[in-house]
Amino acid sequence: MTEEHAHLVPYKTFLLIWVALLVLTVITVAAAQFDFGALNIWIALGIATLKSSLVVAIFMHMKYEQWLFKLALLAALAILAIFIGLTFFDVLYR
Amino acid sequence: MSGHVHKDYTGAKFGMWLFLFTELILFGGLFILYAVYLARYPQEFVSAGTELDVRFGAGNTLVLLTSSLFVAMSITALRRGAKGLTQCLLAGTIVSAAIFMINKYFEWSAKINHGIYPGSEHLKELAPGEMVFFNIYYVTTGLHGLHVVIGALLILWTMLMIARGKVTGEDWVLLENAGLYWHLVDLIWIFIFPLYYLILH
Repeated sequence: MTEEHAHLVPYKTFLLIWVALLVLTVITVAAAQFDFGALNIWIALGIATLKSSLVVAIFMHMKYEQWLFKLALLAALAILAIFIGLTFFDVLYR
Repeated sequence: MSGHVHKDYTGAKFGMWLFLFTELILFGGLFILYAVYLARYPQEFVSAGTELDVRFGAGNTLVLLTSSLFVAMSITALRRGAKGLTQCLLAGTIVSAAIFMINKYFEWSAKINHGIYPGSEHLKELAPGEMVFFNIYYVTTGLHGLHVVIGALLILWTMLMIARGKVTGEDWVLLENAGLYWHLVDLIWIFIFPLYYLILH
C-alpha cells in the first residue's frame, strides 16, 4: 500500500528553491568579505539557517508532512538547543 | 497471503526522520565543539580559517546544492512515470558525490603537504587554538565525507531497485528515504561551509 495523498511537488518549485539557495550562498560569501566584528558569525549562521529551512521545507517536503513529523522535528531542534544552551551556560560562567 | 507485502509508507518515512535526528545530534555535538573553541580562541580560529581555500568550499557547496536538486526532482520524475529521467537525475547525484570527493582529495592533499594533519609536527608548533581548529575541521569534514560516500552508495542501490522494478511511481519509499539522507548531507555542508571556510575572509 502506498500513500495516495503524498504531495507531488512540481519541478519548477524545486528549481526556484535551488536558485534561492545559490543566491543565499553568494550573499553569505559576499558578507564574509566585510568585517562586522562579532556580527559576522551571526550573519553566517542566520543565512545558513534560512538555507537549511528551505531544504527541509521543500526538498525534504516537511511543509507537506503531517503534524507528527513537524512536532518531531521541533522536538529534535529543541533538544539540540538545550545541548547548546547548557554547554554555554557551563563554559561561559566558569 | 499470496505474496502481498504490507508497506507502511508513513512509518518507513518517520523511521528515517528519527534516524536523521540522531545524525543531527551527532553533527550538532561537533558544531558545539566548534562554538566553544571559537569563543575561547577567536583570533586563532580566524588565522587558521584563512588557511582554508574558499574556492574548494564554494565549489563543493554548488555541487551539493545541485545534487540535492537532482534528488528532489527524481521523486517527482518517478511518480510521473519518467523512469529514464529519474535514473539520469540519480546518476547526476552520484557524479556530484564523486566530484565532491575529488575536490576533498585535492583539498586535503594540499593541507597534508603543508604538514597540516592531526598529530603532525607542524600542527604541534602552531598556537593551541589553531591546532584545535584543524583537528575539529578534519573530524567534521571527514565524518561528513563519509556520509557523502554512504549517501552515494544508497542512491546507487536505489537506482538498482528502480531498474529491477522494485521501486516504482506507486511505491517509492526507498527513493524517498535515500533522498532524505542525501538532503541531510547537504544540510550539514550548509553549516560547515560558512563556519570553516568563510570565517572572516
